[in-house]
Amino acid sequence: MARIRTVDLTKTFTDASGGVTALDALNLTVQDGEFFALLGPSGCGKTTLLRTLAGLETPTSGAVHIGDADVTHTAPGKRGVAMVFQDYALFPHMTVTENIAYPLRVRGVSKAEQRQAVLAAASELGLTGTDTTVGLLDRRPGALSGGQQQRVALARATAANPTVFLFDEPLSNLDARLRLEARTFLKRLQRELATTTVFVTHDQAEALALADRIAVMQSGRIRQLGTPREVFRRPANTFVASFIGSTPMNLLEGTVRDGRVLVADSEIALPDGTAGAVADGAPVVLGARPEYFRVSSDPLPGAFGGTVAVAENLGSSLLLTLDVAGTAVQAVVGEEEEPEPGARLWALPRQDRTLLYADGELVG
Amino acid sequence: MARTASPRAAEDPAGLGRARAAGIAAPALLVVLAFLVFPALWTLYLGTTNYRLTGFAARHPHSVGLDNYTNVVKDPAFHHSLWLTFEYVVGSAVLGQALLGFAIAWLLREAAGWLKRLIEALVLLAWILPSSVVAFLWSALLDRDQGTFNALAHTQGTAWVVEHPMAVIIVFNIWRGTAFSMLLYSAALTGVPPTQLATARMFGANQWQQLRDVVFPHIRGHILTNLLLISLWTFNDFTPYQLTGGADTRSQILPVYIYQTALFDGQMGLGAAIALLMLVINLVVALVYLRLLRERRGERTA
Repeated sequence: MARIRTVDLTKTFTDASGGVTALDALNLTVQDGEFFALLGPSGCGKTTLLRTLAGLETPTSGAVHIGDADVTHTAPGKRGVAMVFQDYALFPHMTVTENIAYPLRVRGVSKAEQRQAVLAAASELGLTGTDTTVGLLDRRPGALSGGQQQRVALARATAANPTVFLFDEPLSNLDARLRLEARTFLKRLQRELATTTVFVTHDQAEALALADRIAVMQSGRIRQLGTPREVFRRPANTFVASFIGSTPMNLLEGTVRDGRVLVADSEIALPDGTAGAVADGAPVVLGARPEYFRVSSDPLPGAFGGTVAVAENLGSSLLLTLDVAGTAVQAVVGEEEEPEPGARLWALPRQDRTLLYADGELVG
Repeated sequence: MARTASPRAAEDPAGLGRARAAGIAAPALLVVLAFLVFPALWTLYLGTTNYRLTGFAARHPHSVGLDNYTNVVKDPAFHHSLWLTFEYVVGSAVLGQALLGFAIAWLLREAAGWLKRLIEALVLLAWILPSSVVAFLWSALLDRDQGTFNALAHTQGTAWVVEHPMAVIIVFNIWRGTAFSMLLYSAALTGVPPTQLATARMFGANQWQQLRDVVFPHIRGHILTNLLLISLWTFNDFTPYQLTGGADTRSQILPVYIYQTALFDGQMGLGAAIALLMLVINLVVALVYLRLLRERRGERTA
């Protein structure tokens, strides 16, 4: 079991067009046993960070510590780290058993011990026992489903008995239905093993669901570090605010006047705890998640009044896009509502859930 | 509708009809007949005669049955030549070109672009130069008195071609043919999934284990195809003649031996018989490789 710490970790790639900073003096601590997500759009440096922790990339400067040891210049195989890649990287010419035993075979462990470890890892991952998996251990990866392949890759990683797991986009090679199943499975597995785990994802829902803590990254920097609840409730800046959430947050430009925000020809109450924090007349961005609106067909004071431009059915709810004086405002209503396009509605954001951003950073 | 139409379309995709298609293919077929099939059959016939390049038997060859073949098979000179050819193929192609080509491809895989291109260009140059030019260059390189090699190695007065003819032609053929293996393996290595290599590394596999467990299983087909091609090319290679001449029996590999027998000694019938034996050996070698390749494919689908 081990804690991971990076100190001023920097990685620049040089190519014909000059240098690209993938990691910019990154300081990060992942606690022992934590399930930690690196979240961000492609090119934000999250995969580079993971590969640097693994030892597959050498940092330009800075250091990586795992446990008590400085492993910055330690070979990947000597860090006690196991990595599962997005494509699982199973060896196609080996059976499932041989794949799982591979880390032990490389270390020269005896055949008997290998077999024992394979059975232990395979049963931990649910690869033995049930009807559907009879004979699975003797098959080759090509004869397995995507979900089974993932479990074999995880079994192989656990057989290595690492102090740290690294997962690169662990769920993105699975189809949508299987993905939810695998997500639950992965979270339970990590709880049971209690091994420090860092994973990379571009899917905010995955990060929110799995992780104990999330680092949201952009351009080689961490823009926010916190629990899923913190990151979802109070995004520290407009970048995180726009990135987190299945339905993107409304980020509306306006100005502050007399304890209110003037935005899209509407006067909206300042979010809780921001009164007096911003000078009158200052340009701000009001953040309001579509889920936190009260929508009514009667006029509401301090609400956005607009016409329904688009109504999208989300199953148990409906996502409305309102045209409020030329500005699009999205709000979610219950499935019982069925507003017609063109209908006039009022949408009142919950004052305890709205957020105020000045210069891109959260106020209050 | 589509089901009934497609087999006919497959039979005659161009829509020419049998007669016109045959007419279009005929000139090419005639060339093949005249320059490939006829000489092959002629060789087969010659091998059963005492046909000579000059003299009485050149005008009036008569059949000797299988005498040529029994004579060749019993001839120690033929055995010697066959053994030299084996040395030449294994030494220069299977070990030399294939190993060196793979080593260069493997080491250059992560090299900087300019270095990679430079080395590839140099190696390729050895391959694309005409063999007469190359033979002349090597003669100049290895010359006893004025040779560049002797000057560099401080071995003035050593006649390499005379003193170590087999070593010279083996090194020469490695130098000349490595480019092909290198190119083939470079292409093959790009098909090895980087995540599998990284996974092996993460589990602590050393270079040899990475090669054994990840790289070789992935490029097995390429290795076999490469070995098949370069063994056959080297087996039939006549270029060493330009370096060593034909008279030195210490470096008389089969193609040179045939040339010497048929054209120099003028025993056309005997030469044709050896050529046919050589063809049979070629076939056996090819069949073994193809068999190995097919096993591989069967394993994959199983």
